[in-house]
Amino acid sequence: MTMNTKGNVWIFIEQEGGKIAEVSLELVCKGTELAKKLGVVSEAVILGDHLDGKIDSIFHYGCETVYQVEDQALEPFTVLPYAQALVKLLKQHKPNILLFGATLKGRELAPRVASEMLCGLTADCTDLQIDDFEDKVNKVSYKDKLMQIRPAFGGNIIATIVNTWDDPQIVTVREGVMKLTAPDTSKKGKVVKITPELSDEARVMKVIKRVRKPRTVDLKKASIIVAGGYGVGTKENFKLIEQLAEALGGQVAASRAAVDAGWINHDYQVGQTGVTVRPKLYIACGISGSVQHVAGMNESAKIIAINNDPGAPIFSVAHYGIVGELNDVVPKLIKAFKAKV
Amino acid sequence: MKRQLMVFVKQVPDTKNISGEAMTPEGTVNRSALPAIFNPEDLNALELGLQLKERYNFKVTVATMGPPNAAEVLRECLYRGADEAILITDRAFAGADTLATSYALSCCVKTVQNVDLILCGRQAIDGDTAQVGPQLAEKLKIPQIAYVEEVISISDKAIKAKRAIEGGYEVIESPLPALLTVIDANEPRSASAKGIMKFKKAKTRSELAKLLRDADYTDAQALADKESEMTAKNLWIHEWDAAKIQADVNRIGLKGSPTKVKKIENVVLKASKVVSIEPTEDGINGLIRELIEDHTLG
Repeated sequence: MTMNTKGNVWIFIEQEGGKIAEVSLELVCKGTELAKKLGVVSEAVILGDHLDGKIDSIFHYGCETVYQVEDQALEPFTVLPYAQALVKLLKQHKPNILLFGATLKGRELAPRVASEMLCGLTADCTDLQIDDFEDKVNKVSYKDKLMQIRPAFGGNIIATIVNTWDDPQIVTVREGVMKLTAPDTSKKGKVVKITPELSDEARVMKVIKRVRKPRTVDLKKASIIVAGGYGVGTKENFKLIEQLAEALGGQVAASRAAVDAGWINHDYQVGQTGVTVRPKLYIACGISGSVQHVAGMNESAKIIAINNDPGAPIFSVAHYGIVGELNDVVPKLIKAFKAKV
Repeated sequence: MKRQLMVFVKQVPDTKNISGEAMTPEGTVNRSALPAIFNPEDLNALELGLQLKERYNFKVTVATMGPPNAAEVLRECLYRGADEAILITDRAFAGADTLATSYALSCCVKTVQNVDLILCGRQAIDGDTAQVGPQLAEKLKIPQIAYVEEVISISDKAIKAKRAIEGGYEVIESPLPALLTVIDANEPRSASAKGIMKFKKAKTRSELAKLLRDADYTDAQALADKESEMTAKNLWIHEWDAAKIQADVNRIGLKGSPTKVKKIENVVLKASKVVSIEPTEDGINGLIRELIEDHTLG
């Protein structure tokens, strides 16, 4: 028996007050690439209120159609009306693939939707491919399935997972791992406006208070990153990391251990539970190099590791290794750079 | 009747603290060599449940799905103040993905009955998916509040909770029953000495049967007597199989799991050719010069 896959590739577009999340556009790019391989098109679904004039970039990155679903109950995000509106559309249009960003919202919404659709769901994918799959146990072969590739077991293994039940094949994808292609600002597409006709049950949750500070730092855009880890030792010492970043015109970042120690906030965290970065230069200071951290920075063009432990795993992914004390090495780096420029 | 809340917990391999013994010579993790621990965020969920017991006089029922030895995490819950414990265990549950797991847990909740509130840790450190909580809420057709930091208040019919959102927090009000997934925002209490003294004797039926077998004592009546004696002392950990929770066999275990694992690769840190730089002024000047020349810096 051979099962064929049909249907388009859908991308859930996350927005907040009409501003589209960057991960959603990254997924438009990836989704469009997958759609081409499958001989279908990529389509987006955006939920919210008053979205007119806010969706053009979705076309620029490759979608043919945007389903624009508007209701007062869809702004700000709460999970029940989002899930209900989305499930209705999925049942009606039967996409083959549905991509979510692995953000707080995406990771709350996707399981609710997948559960109701009785679909498989794979969280936090770091790669997606199209390939055939043979289920040897049940003797079924599947053509052109979505290979859902994700780290598991604390990042110590990479698993390739396939959804073998009815479509859609649903995944959440980590922020920053799919690359933005160059937008074509002349490209336009079809907008399908939808009123979701939500039930009373979908409207029972109320947002009473909402406090939000926009992210103060955008690590993904930094071309030079100086990151501190547990080996920095103290909050006081973390100033050294800031001084080096400032001198090089770079951005400060941290490993989870430094964030957990309270030296810097979570917005600055690089790694599996933080941001994935690929700057021109990544300087890891006092970072031992756990698998979880390395997963978020090992595609940096140049990596310098500074650590007093010559056995630290970070040296195995670094291009340049300096075994020494930060208090000694970092001021020398600053001095050397200032002298050359 | 007391209002009841349930906390779902999981025993997981300790993926965050991987010791040398758990590494293979190839630099990969030997998963079976990892110690089994109480999933960290489930301890936060339990803590919140116990605080609500103190504030609102809830009965706290804890449950886990897993192999027979997962009873250990249930005892850990009893040590800390949980009132009743259920081990959901059956070979038929093996190989479950998150959809099949959440279905089985929903059958458990329906068997328990009259549950006002369900608490789960946000995610377990073996898979980090954060899916079972929201999927369980959907299976029960009840609202979910994810990433909860604290419960502000609970009335007869509704709950107000503060939860994390991207870049901040919000306060959400939802009718009950509801499910919360809880993040690392409280300090889980330790097991009390008194709790340990009493509940280290708490057993599941399989554990009791094994004890009696080891003592060459296989009388069915003896087992039943012991069970009622332990139940009376509140030392009985319920052991429920698929039939007890009336689970549809096509929706549990491997059969009930739409996702299949095609391939598992061990992560091996790539060994690139690292250029060793001396921590001297000469060494560091040379490095900076090189980075400026190749336009990485400057």
